[in-house]
Amino acid sequence: MSIIVKKVAQLLSGLIFMYGIYIITHGHLTPGGGFAGGALLAGSMILLVLAFGSDVMGLKKRETGSSIIENSAILAFLVFAAVAMLIGTSIFFHNFLPRGNLGELISAGVIPLYNIFVGIEVGAALFTIFLALVIYKEEVLK
Amino acid sequence: MEAILTIILIFMILGAIYSLHAKDLLSALVSMGIVGYGLVICFLLLKAPDLAIVQILVETITLVIMVSVVLDSTRYELKEKPAIRHEGEPFINSRYVGNIFIGVLVALVLLYTYQFAIEDLTRFGEHVMRMSGTYLEDPANQTGSANMVTGVLFDYRGYDTLGEATILVTAVVGVLTVLRLKGKK
Repeated sequence: MSIIVKKVAQLLSGLIFMYGIYIITHGHLTPGGGFAGGALLAGSMILLVLAFGSDVMGLKKRETGSSIIENSAILAFLVFAAVAMLIGTSIFFHNFLPRGNLGELISAGVIPLYNIFVGIEVGAALFTIFLALVIYKEEVLK
Repeated sequence: MEAILTIILIFMILGAIYSLHAKDLLSALVSMGIVGYGLVICFLLLKAPDLAIVQILVETITLVIMVSVVLDSTRYELKEKPAIRHEGEPFINSRYVGNIFIGVLVALVLLYTYQFAIEDLTRFGEHVMRMSGTYLEDPANQTGSANMVTGVLFDYRGYDTLGEATILVTAVVGVLTVLRLKGKK
């Protein structure tokens, strides 16, 4: 791709990444939440891969890395739900952190943490699928 | 609002029908994009912004993948074979009559049993508020979050969110397995 496309993609993908983080962390105040923000994170990285073309060696390391990130995010989600069962009341998924005031950023117990884990997991999953398809196309269909 | 929804739905139906009969595969993809993005407008009109954000992102990613596949292969559909009729067969043979008769018979049986089932359901437009009533009485103080949708997703219905995240992980495992198997040949 030409240099204009590459530079614009570099500038835009940083902004889209920041917007995705904003939507994830404010999931309990404004519409959005974990799934929407995670899809935005994946979108910003897909934009970079599309603009810069695909050299296969760099992309294989990226795919391994993003697969590890996705699996550890879903593991952390499960660990949090299990910790809620072991502390005090034995209810799976219990909201055990303090609630705080309504409408502030740090409030609502474990809900912001769940949003962050689900957001990381969704973004890494979509990016792994995209990279697997790109590597297959570049390497096998020669 | 229902008039605007009807107009957008008619556009979506026309786009879907055109994408079946298009000769050029790229035109078929663009008209599939009409269906996806029209759905985004419908979600915004029905006051569901969470769904609209997810739908617009997933639709764009899917269209990008499909366009990159189409641009690499031929852009025209392969020639279809027309339905072959052998010589000497009458036009209405027993297979057609049997198929249509069984179809009409099953439809009539279903309509008859549907009348019994409809008596026990509530009227159209009135909801059964057994679970929704519990969710709607004071969710802000019970869950602590100002966004009611996130409160239902992660506090009242946390198991369903766990299941949905597991579906994504399984999809990734499936895609990686299939692509590795075909690549090793």
